[in-house]
Amino acid sequence: MPTVSMKVNGVDVSGDVEARTLLVQFLRETLDMTGTHVGCDTSQCGACCVLMNGDSVKSCSVLAVQAEGAEITTIEGLANGDELHPMQDAFRQNHGLQCGFCTPGMVISAIDLVSKNPKPTEKEVREWLEGNLCRCTGYHNIVKAIQAGAQAMGG
Amino acid sequence: MTDTGIGAAVRRKEDHRFLTGRGTYTDDINRPGQTYAHILRSPHAHARIKSIDVSAAAKASGVVAVFTGADMAADGVGGLPCGWQIHSKDGSPMAEPAHPPLVTDKVCHVGDQVAVIIAESRTQAKDAAEKINVDYEELPAVIDMTAAIKDGSPLTHDDVAANICYDWHLGEKEPVDEGFAKAKHVAKIDIVNNRLIANAIEPRVAIGDYDPSSGEYTLYTTSQNPHVIRLLMGAFVLQIPEHKLRVVAPDVGGGFGSKIYHYAEEAILTWAAGKVKRPIKWTAERSESFISDCHGRDHVTHAELALDGDGKFLALRVSTLANMGAYLSTFAPCIPTYLHGTLLAGVYTTPAIYVEVKAVFTNTVPVDAYRGAGRPEASYLLERLVDRAAREMGLDPADIRRKNFIPADAFPYQTPVALQYDSGDYTATFDAAIKIADVDGFAARKAAAGKAGKLRGLGYSTYVEACGIAPSAVAGALGARAGLYESAEVRVHPTGSVTVFAGSHSHGQGHETTFAQLVSDSLGIPFENVDVVHGDTGKVQFGMGTYGSRSLAVGGEAIMKALGKVIDKATKIAAHVLETSEADIEFKDGQFTVAGTDKSMAFGDVALTAYVPHNFPHETLEPGLDESAFYDPANFTFPAGCHICEVEVDPETGVVEVIDFTAVDDVGRVINPMIVEGQVQGGVAQGIGQALLEECVYDESGQLVTGSYMDYTMPRASNLPNITVANETTLCAHNSLGVKGCGEVGAIGSPPAVINAVVDALSDFGVTDIAMPATPEKVWRAIQSAQAAG
Amino acid sequence: MYDFEYHRAASLDDAAGKLKSADDGTLVAGGMTLIPTLKLRLASPSDLIDISGLAELSGIKAEGDAVVVGAATIHAAVAASSDVRAKIPALADLAELIGDAQVRNRGTLGGSIANNDPTADYPAALLALGATIRTDHREIAADDYFEGLFETALDAGEIITQVAFPVPEKASYQKFPNPASRYALVGVFVAKGPSGVRVAVTGAGLDGVFRVTEMETALAENFSPDAIKDVSVSADGLNADIHAGADYRAHLIGVLARRAVADCT
Repeated sequence: MPTVSMKVNGVDVSGDVEARTLLVQFLRETLDMTGTHVGCDTSQCGACCVLMNGDSVKSCSVLAVQAEGAEITTIEGLANGDELHPMQDAFRQNHGLQCGFCTPGMVISAIDLVSKNPKPTEKEVREWLEGNLCRCTGYHNIVKAIQAGAQAMGG
Repeated sequence: MTDTGIGAAVRRKEDHRFLTGRGTYTDDINRPGQTYAHILRSPHAHARIKSIDVSAAAKASGVVAVFTGADMAADGVGGLPCGWQIHSKDGSPMAEPAHPPLVTDKVCHVGDQVAVIIAESRTQAKDAAEKINVDYEELPAVIDMTAAIKDGSPLTHDDVAANICYDWHLGEKEPVDEGFAKAKHVAKIDIVNNRLIANAIEPRVAIGDYDPSSGEYTLYTTSQNPHVIRLLMGAFVLQIPEHKLRVVAPDVGGGFGSKIYHYAEEAILTWAAGKVKRPIKWTAERSESFISDCHGRDHVTHAELALDGDGKFLALRVSTLANMGAYLSTFAPCIPTYLHGTLLAGVYTTPAIYVEVKAVFTNTVPVDAYRGAGRPEASYLLERLVDRAAREMGLDPADIRRKNFIPADAFPYQTPVALQYDSGDYTATFDAAIKIADVDGFAARKAAAGKAGKLRGLGYSTYVEACGIAPSAVAGALGARAGLYESAEVRVHPTGSVTVFAGSHSHGQGHETTFAQLVSDSLGIPFENVDVVHGDTGKVQFGMGTYGSRSLAVGGEAIMKALGKVIDKATKIAAHVLETSEADIEFKDGQFTVAGTDKSMAFGDVALTAYVPHNFPHETLEPGLDESAFYDPANFTFPAGCHICEVEVDPETGVVEVIDFTAVDDVGRVINPMIVEGQVQGGVAQGIGQALLEECVYDESGQLVTGSYMDYTMPRASNLPNITVANETTLCAHNSLGVKGCGEVGAIGSPPAVINAVVDALSDFGVTDIAMPATPEKVWRAIQSAQAAG
Repeated sequence: MYDFEYHRAASLDDAAGKLKSADDGTLVAGGMTLIPTLKLRLASPSDLIDISGLAELSGIKAEGDAVVVGAATIHAAVAASSDVRAKIPALADLAELIGDAQVRNRGTLGGSIANNDPTADYPAALLALGATIRTDHREIAADDYFEGLFETALDAGEIITQVAFPVPEKASYQKFPNPASRYALVGVFVAKGPSGVRVAVTGAGLDGVFRVTEMETALAENFSPDAIKDVSVSADGLNADIHAGADYRAHLIGVLARRAVADCT
């Protein structure tokens, strides 16, 4: 079995995995980091989004071995101790989550958006979320949260 | 109002864990020594199983065990029970075909469970499944309901004649016939309420665990109602007594009705864990969810409305075919009947209504509740019909509604279809919505859109729903096989903090916050000092779970009742300590005060006294401060409201854009306006999804064409507008909080508003009807055929 | 997913060698099509040879009158490239419409065209712009490259290295996404450039991307939406599914082509 090494939330990790192991399986099953979720099998729901070298990717569509040497940031790596990341806090303040299952992917995707577009318009946020499905909120408050989070992040 | 009490937009307690990846969803749980299950499913809609050979799979790498329906049957495992029995017009009980968790001789839909493979890893289980050889004899499948009830149609079940589960009716025929006889106008409509899939983003998961030392089984499952699962599975399927069966539904990633049903996998995993004496986990892949999660809606209806010359409704006649799918799921039979037929008065004074419903078996996935369950079907047909009547009679769609509303002073109001509405003010919600949606400015907006080559339309929907299903005695008389009360326990700890054990289950609704607000408000203790526990039969005494917008109106009231008992007992303790009579104690803001004096005692001190009872009325009270209650309401609650949708259609492509959506709802007293707004927005998004995007499509052979997100259109952020939500409140007349429920109003009110808006936009072309979902292609075709005809 | 051997190629030569020596090897870069296919067990390659990150396949550069994009360039990089934005904005627009943000962060130009999915966006751009596909062996004109449903002119073991897009005078891509999958239900790329006016359609054809010569002729004479308003596209040979019948797709081709012409910059 191949050995794979990467940095997850700033910590060097490695593990022996089958080549067919997905990055999300490596995170959830090998590293027991269950904050990243799986909601579909056709790469559409986005619940599994993580940052890979700074860009959001769907960890259900990346092989663990493809992430060799990469820097991965998951939802568990955003808060500073008890202090939420501004985007996390914006989701809380704006009621941008209900059941919470899509939330890790939404927050990660939002952070990627703001890193590329610090002041996204409502339309830009909605278009960016093409790859993130939420069944609870109707997106209204997610969009609000992301715009507020962008502002809090300094945009 | 305090900043965390009733009426405050308190930020949610549950959010921190969800936002930091610390939620515990079922798939996040792993048990020591855990194995993994894969379910082999039928690729055919209808086939007899001639033989199953599992020998190669059983020998495959990592495989622990392989079981088939024969193994479960040999163990005496029962079929999955149905929780509601409907009787037909002739008094006969509905047809209830056997529903084995793993099939024995025949598969009845694509996705039916054929075998379970248990292995050391998920992939080994899946790899081994490919080695199972099933010899199927394909049978003709019946997919379309209208074909299913015709003579000579193939039968989904050999023992169910004409595929009819029941043929039910409600209302009196004669007064309806009289109404039609004197009508000046009759509006008719044929309508399909499209089949949907709830698609909670968390797929279903089950973990079966068995402890040989205690003989106790534990099922971890993605359920909206763990106690109901324990009751159904323990008593009817596996014959495990409650004290040896624990069901845990931890954080659940959305339900929308699809996680009410007691699913086969829950029974299979629990039973198999006992066989292999190791924990077993099964996690649905999404493409598996599409063919194994219950579907929703799927009605075909013909309806006629009789009106006098002024547009007053005289009578309504409705005939519906409701698809049950291949088997009866837990609550399927009550959805087209008592959650649909009873709602056909809507917000109107229609004096005579008659409805008949045939429930039909087909070789499709079982149908059960999906957000609104029956009530969206009722509001959709009624509101489309009312709009059509207005159009045909040349009346304004707002005026025709207004003149038929049940007046605000007519409550309690008895409808001709069994329900008695306790409170409401339909004109108030209507007027508020019209103002917020700026209906007055619509003509100008339509003209501006026209200049840009777009067609603008505005659609109304006024609705009422019945939720908080109850009382148990009534539900029982109507066929419910369970009670529909709720239970709660309020445990006050010695230092005055509180844990609430709630029978309602939260899977997005924010109960941990709303319920804590109730406690904080009632006991005058800090919000932070209250925690809510739910979802574990090992911790919570009992619960009927969360569906039908019942958590606050029934579950919240159970908490209020328990809180009342806590306050009663605490008052007695305070009176004893303060050396006065109970009648002289006033309780306010967390202080027990002797009326007219400055002698008082804080709630926390009373709690401490209850647990350190040195100075305590032992003769009349027991130590401790921990009270539980069961609450069985006196009636349903009746949220109502008005939704207004404004759309723009691109006539060249048929694309419909929802420009604006306004929802003004009367959900009774609002405990947390932030949460209520979110619930309504989410419901409206699902309603817009039903109206414009979503549909389950089967081909003739029974294959689900929309079997993944590649073909089933989920609403995305870019499909939806901002959704303006407001409340106009009348209080529920029969519960202490005056609450009605808000979980389903969005999905009930919105689809007709959207479609009425689309029809309005297309009316200049002469289009009078468009089916849901109004996809670009359908809209384009409607324009084409109207132009060709016109 | 069935298991396989995974190899990270050290160079283009290394990739070609590994591909050759594998039983039933396949290249992977972003894997945005391949990995979902493997997950559904619809393919079972013996070996995956990862060519993402190879220097020979990376980068975007202006080369004379063309913009040359490395095969392993992700869609997000094309969308964000100032060279592409300046010279062929329609190509950047197209890249920005592919899939979703996460797909654009992984998916590559080479992967998209090697697969020749009939609903992919890039084939329309290649055909309309008269692009040249460069491989480790040769150059192939886009006109000769797309051979039908999932079929290309690539030989076994041949690896796409770059695509050279001639800079057009003006161009526009208009996409009507499949409402569910967001692949192109119909996508029309109109370009006026060195090889004349070209109208290429993706998403609609049963055999993949194709050109609408009648529109091209009309537009060559008069490059305006009106010039093609009476050109009707036949529904024969067009795809039909639950989202759109062939006649509706044919109709959309006309609408999108006119919008593309109007939008051409």
